[in-house]
Amino acid sequence: MDEINNLMQGFSVAMTLPNVAYMLVGITLGILIGVLPGLGGANGIAILLPLTFSMNPTSAIIMLSCIYWGALFGGAITSILFNIPGEPWSVATTFDGYPMAQQGRAAQALTAAFTSSFVGALIAVALITFLAPLLAKFALRFGPAEYFAVQLLTFCSFVGMSKEPPAKVIASMMLGFALAAVGMDTVTGQLRMTFGFPELLKGFDFLIAVIGLFGIGEILLTMEEGLAFKGKSAKLNLRVVLQTWKQLPQYWMTFLRSTAVGCWMGITPGGATPASFMSYGIARRMSKEPDSFGKGQIEGVLAPETAAHAAGTSALLPMLTLGIPGSPTAAVLLGGLMIWGLQPGPMLFVEHKDFVWGLIASMYLGNLVGLLVVLTTVPFWAAFLRIPFSVIAPVIVVICAIGAYTVHSSMFDVVMMLVFGVVGYLFKKLKYPMAPLVLALVLGDMAEASFRQSMLLSQGSLAIFWSNPLVGSIAGLAILMLVWPLLSSFKSSSRKRAG
Amino acid sequence: MSNQPNPQDSSEKPPLKERGPELVVAALLMVVAGLVIKDSVRVGIDWADDGPRAGYFPFYIGLLLLASSGTIFVSTLLKWRAKAAVFAEQEQLATVFAMLLPMTVYVVAMVWLGIYLPSALLIGYFMRRYGKFGWLPTTSVSIAVPLAFFIVFERWFLVPLPKGPIETWLGF
Repeated sequence: MDEINNLMQGFSVAMTLPNVAYMLVGITLGILIGVLPGLGGANGIAILLPLTFSMNPTSAIIMLSCIYWGALFGGAITSILFNIPGEPWSVATTFDGYPMAQQGRAAQALTAAFTSSFVGALIAVALITFLAPLLAKFALRFGPAEYFAVQLLTFCSFVGMSKEPPAKVIASMMLGFALAAVGMDTVTGQLRMTFGFPELLKGFDFLIAVIGLFGIGEILLTMEEGLAFKGKSAKLNLRVVLQTWKQLPQYWMTFLRSTAVGCWMGITPGGATPASFMSYGIARRMSKEPDSFGKGQIEGVLAPETAAHAAGTSALLPMLTLGIPGSPTAAVLLGGLMIWGLQPGPMLFVEHKDFVWGLIASMYLGNLVGLLVVLTTVPFWAAFLRIPFSVIAPVIVVICAIGAYTVHSSMFDVVMMLVFGVVGYLFKKLKYPMAPLVLALVLGDMAEASFRQSMLLSQGSLAIFWSNPLVGSIAGLAILMLVWPLLSSFKSSSRKRAG
Repeated sequence: MSNQPNPQDSSEKPPLKERGPELVVAALLMVVAGLVIKDSVRVGIDWADDGPRAGYFPFYIGLLLLASSGTIFVSTLLKWRAKAAVFAEQEQLATVFAMLLPMTVYVVAMVWLGIYLPSALLIGYFMRRYGKFGWLPTTSVSIAVPLAFFIVFERWFLVPLPKGPIETWLGF
């Protein structure tokens, strides 16, 4: 098996002393980011990205992806102990995690959450290990038309799978594309939509957008909710951990189901948040005692945590193989790849084997290290939340400002961060989804380039998108995803009429 | 997410309805769409000898943005009476602005004063105003945090942050 050999080589890259140190730093920073409100996986990595510009890319991505794993673990701590989801994907964890903590079973809930995160991630990494090389080999045959069709599929599935009204998903996405088009046109060199402002020449950087939308926007929301941290304390000791572990194997079906949901939602751009809700819903529906959910049922912690972690991990699969991120955080990592001078996509697997396999190996190690770190350091993180919000909020604003400034050493970016923060607050309140905006901003130039190349090949005929079975079926699937809300509303209304 | 403030607390003023901001945001998006379309037409939306012109792709983006935000705008107007969902209580809006205003002042001050002094002032302001801390913890935290950032960024990672007249005077 080629993959096993490659993976072993990857381990030899990831296991070097500096890389393990970066892993530990990443996990620790990640948990901190996950615990603090206003800092999350996407904007946390965006803020720290400038610090890695001079690092070697493999070490940099190991550290940044470990921040992501750490943030996924950290979100569970605040959900269970404080009933405050540190991350959107851990909202579903509060439903049963906090009741468990109230009943004095916090340690059990935390162990269950961390372990299920680990299991979800592990299965997803295994999936990446064996699926990614195949997908990359397949994608090597892609031309511009196929690439555009895949990008179309990504964006159409947002419309088809979001809970938000389709008009808002499309509006948010198109705003992203429009912002991406600002600045110099990569093909003709013409200036677009700069309206004479020199600051707009280089366009809008998505890192600034991510820091503003998710960081500043989140702080404003948290202010509005008037946060008071009233938490349960927790001590994890080995006995409780082992006891909980003994219980867990009986829930193997929940694990499998949640991982499947998570991987599916991660590869298609559903993301970790809907995956956790969906998985919680399914677990409750399939349970023999659905009424016990919401009152401290351990399955209610297992299901969303497994799915969120599986989704977060598998979001890296399309990012690595096709250059199309499955989540905002994966989009930020993709941005990092480009900054370090690596072109994401199938050629990565041919030209930068060490990088790819080092990253995949570090996912196995990083999650294991993450599990050990969180299990041993919970009380320490819980103490962070006892710092009053009046101290944390301005410090996070300062961190966001530093992050925005360091991307291009530009004050204009800091101002834009504030603007994006207000946009983020309004969008969140009015239920515009933010992930399509970020992804469109990242992929805008690429999508435009592949669309224009396809048009050049076909002399302006859209027929190129069904000129062969491969591109035709991807484009067809994309259209199906686009009209999915129409179909399902039609179905439910006809069912209502029948009933 | 949790800890929704009790709505009875702010019974004097009616809460802000969702439909107003909804309409404003949709209208702003329509303006953006208009700008995108106008500028795309300016740079050319048709074909040149060497392929599609620069405005070719953004033009359709603008159209789609106009269509989607127009849909939201019109449907908000059509369901104006039915749409009575609450955007935020007056009191909540007040806290949001209490955060947003100092943040704006902070960013503007950064342009002239660099990052360190405004950061210290921002942290100090929040701790005094909302945390009701004494002067000693306030001053020590608001000096320690920017100092820590200075050490991590400028000394450790060698990433320069914006500096103002005071830093220049101190010799950095």
